[in-house]
Amino acid sequence: MIKRLIIFCIILIPTNVFALIEVDITRGNMNPLPLAVSPLSIDENSRKSFEKILKKENIGSEISIIVENNLRSSGIFEPLSKDAFLQAPDIANLKPRFEDWNLIKAQALITGKVSYVSERLRVEFRLWDILAGREIMALAFTTVPSNWRRVGHIISDKIYERLTGEKGYFDTRIIYVAEEGPKTQRKKKLAIMDQDGANNKFLTLGNELVLTPRFNPTSQMVTYLSYFKNLPRVYLLDIETGTQEVVGDFPGMTFAPRFSPDGKKIIMSFAKDGKSDIYTMDLENRIVERITNHPSIDTSPSYSPNGKFIAFNSDRSGYQQIYIMKNDGSEIKRISFGNGIYGTPVWSPRGDLIAFTKLHNGKFYIGVMRTDGTGERLLTENYYQEAPSWSPNGRVLIFYRETKTNAKGEGFSAKLWSIDLTGYNERLVATPTDASDPSWSSLLGN
Amino acid sequence: MHIGLVISSVLHGTLIFVTAMSLPFLAKKPIDIPPIVSVELIQIAEKTNIPFAPKAKKIIEKKKKKKLKEKEKKLVSEQAPPKKVKKSKTQTVVSVDDQKKKIDNQKPEAVPLPDKKPDIVETKKENKQNPDKLDKDLTPKSEHEKEDLFDSNKLERFLVDKKKEDRAIEKLKKNDKTTQDQDPSLVGNKLTATEEEALQAQIFHCWTPPWGMKYVPGDMLVSIQINLDPNGNIEEMEMLDHKKMNIPGKQKFKALAESVRRALLACQPLNVPSSGYERWKKIKFNFDASEMIEG
Repeated sequence: MIKRLIIFCIILIPTNVFALIEVDITRGNMNPLPLAVSPLSIDENSRKSFEKILKKENIGSEISIIVENNLRSSGIFEPLSKDAFLQAPDIANLKPRFEDWNLIKAQALITGKVSYVSERLRVEFRLWDILAGREIMALAFTTVPSNWRRVGHIISDKIYERLTGEKGYFDTRIIYVAEEGPKTQRKKKLAIMDQDGANNKFLTLGNELVLTPRFNPTSQMVTYLSYFKNLPRVYLLDIETGTQEVVGDFPGMTFAPRFSPDGKKIIMSFAKDGKSDIYTMDLENRIVERITNHPSIDTSPSYSPNGKFIAFNSDRSGYQQIYIMKNDGSEIKRISFGNGIYGTPVWSPRGDLIAFTKLHNGKFYIGVMRTDGTGERLLTENYYQEAPSWSPNGRVLIFYRETKTNAKGEGFSAKLWSIDLTGYNERLVATPTDASDPSWSSLLGN
Repeated sequence: MHIGLVISSVLHGTLIFVTAMSLPFLAKKPIDIPPIVSVELIQIAEKTNIPFAPKAKKIIEKKKKKKLKEKEKKLVSEQAPPKKVKKSKTQTVVSVDDQKKKIDNQKPEAVPLPDKKPDIVETKKENKQNPDKLDKDLTPKSEHEKEDLFDSNKLERFLVDKKKEDRAIEKLKKNDKTTQDQDPSLVGNKLTATEEEALQAQIFHCWTPPWGMKYVPGDMLVSIQINLDPNGNIEEMEMLDHKKMNIPGKQKFKALAESVRRALLACQPLNVPSSGYERWKKIKFNFDASEMIEG
C-alpha cells in the first residue's frame, strides 16, 4: 500500500520538461560541394616505368586531373585549387590532417597511390569525409597501363555514386555524327569518343550519309541509319568487335531507329503513302511488327526503361505533340499540352522523366516533363537545338545546337552541348569537327 | 593475230584490275575502335578504415570519462570495489592503435552512431510531417495535371499517400481533444519565429542537397537530433534514421543524410539565441528535400 502511494506521489511530482525544439529545413542552396583532389602519389621507380611506357611525366597527376575535370563538369562538385593544398600527396594518402583540409574549406578529399606492379597499373584511391574526419571509401584498380584514362573515369564514377547516391556517368562513350564542309554539302561521318571528348575516332569515311546513331542500353552495340543508293538502311555496329551488319532495307523513308531496353528489338518509324507509323523489328528473327496505324505522322518512338510503354510524337491532334502508349500500341494518350510544337521524346533511363525538344515562338527548347505530362521544365533555349540523349544515370542530357548563318551564309556550326536536370550546368562538349545527333552509351562496366 | 591480241589485252586488263583491287590502300579498313579493357576492382577499405572521427572520438572519450568519474564517485561513497570490466571497456575506445587492429571486422561504410531510441522519434516525425503532406496532396499541382494510366509507380505512390492521409487525419482528431494551453510541449519551449528563421537562413547557406536525384517518396526526409554547447557548437549528433542509411538500396537516402550532416557540421556554431541554453541545448532538425527534388 505504502509502495503504491509512493509511486502515485512520484507520478504527481511536476517535472521541469523542456520538450525538444524542432526546426524544419525545406530549402538548401545549389552551391557545388567543395572537395580536394590530391594528386595520386607515385614512387620514383613506378614514375619512370610509366614515363617510358605512356610518355607521361607523372601518371598520378594525370589521373587526378581526369577525376577533377569529371567531377567539375557534373556541376555538383567544386574541386579546389591544388595551390591551396597544405599536405603532400604521399602523406595525405596515408593519413590526412583533417584540420589542414578543413582550413581550405574542403568537405571531401580524394587521395591515392599509383604503382607499377607486374607490368600492370595499380591505382589505389581513398575518399575522406573531412567534416566527419573519416575515410568513407577505399578501392584499388589493376589494369594495363594504357587503360589509365578509364581508371580515372571509374574513380570519378565511384566518388560520384558515394556522394550522390546515384550511379555516375563518366565511364561512358558518346557516338555522334561528325560533320564537315559547307552547310549545303555536309560530309557526315559516324564518330565515337569518351564522354569527356577524349579518344575520338571516326567510324565511317563519310561517303554515305549517316543519321541518328543510337546505343543499345545493355551492350556496346549501335544502330544507325545510312543511305545506300538513296535507300535508307538500318545498320547494327558492334563497338567491341568492330563488326557491322545491315538489319534491312526499308521502303520509303525510315526514321530514328532505337533499341528496346532489353536490346532485343529496334523501334523506328516508316513513312509510306503520306503517313508515317511506328514499327518494331525483332533482331533475332527480323520480324517487323506495326505498332501504330493512324493517318497522321507518328515518329521518334522511345521505350520506357521497363519496356512496357512507348513515348512518341504525332501530329494527330493537328500539331506535333508527345504521346505515350502501351508497347502493343494500345491506350494512346497525349501528354504534352503546352504552347508550341513538341518532338523527339526520350524516356529517362531511371523512368521518371521524358526529355523533349520544343519549338515555340521561333525558338527551340530542350526540356523535361514527368511521364504523365506534368511538371514541364524547359532547361535551355536557343536558335536551333534538338535530339536530347540521356546519360545512363538520367541526370544529364546531351544534345546538339546549331548557330545562325550570317547574310553571306557563313558562320554556321553545329556543336554538342550537355545540360543537367537543374538547368544551370550547361557545357560545350568538345569535338574535333562539327557534330550532331549524339547518343550516350551505358556504363562500360567491367 | 587479232584474236590473240584481244585475248592478251583482256587477260592483261583483268590482271591489272585484280591487282589494283587487292592493293592495301584500296581495301576497306576495319573499324578501329579502342577496345574496352577490363579493370580489376579490389576493396581496400577494411585495411585502413578509421571507424571514429578524431573529434567525435574526443567527445566520446570525454563523455565516457565523465560518466566513469561519476560512477566512481558513487562507488567510492558506497565503498564498493571498482568494476574492472567497465574500466577496460572505456580503455578500448580510447586507444587508436587498438581500433586499427579491430577494424578488420567492421564494415567500411558503417557510421558509428549512439544507440538511442529511434523508434519513438520516428513515429513523432511521421505524425509531424503528415499534415503538411496532406495539404500538399490536396492542392491541385498544375493545370495540365492528368490521370496517369501507365505509370505503375503512381498507384503505389497513391497508396502511400492514402496511408499518410489517414495518419494525418488521426493526428488531427487527437489534437482536437487538447488545446494549446493544455499541451505541455508548447509552453515556453519553442524558438520564436525570428530565432527559427535565423537558424533556417544560416543552414540554407550550408546545405547543398543532392540536386537532380530521383524523387523517392519516403526517402526525402532526414531527421537529426543535435546537442549543442552554449556557444552553438555541436557536441553530439544523432541521425534518427541511421538504420535506414545502411539498408541496401537506400543510397539516395544515405547521400541525402550525409549532406545534412555535412551542412550542420559546416555551419557550426549555429545561430542560437544568446540566452535560454536549457531551452535549445537539444534541437531536432527535419530536413525535407521533397519540394526541392520533386520540383
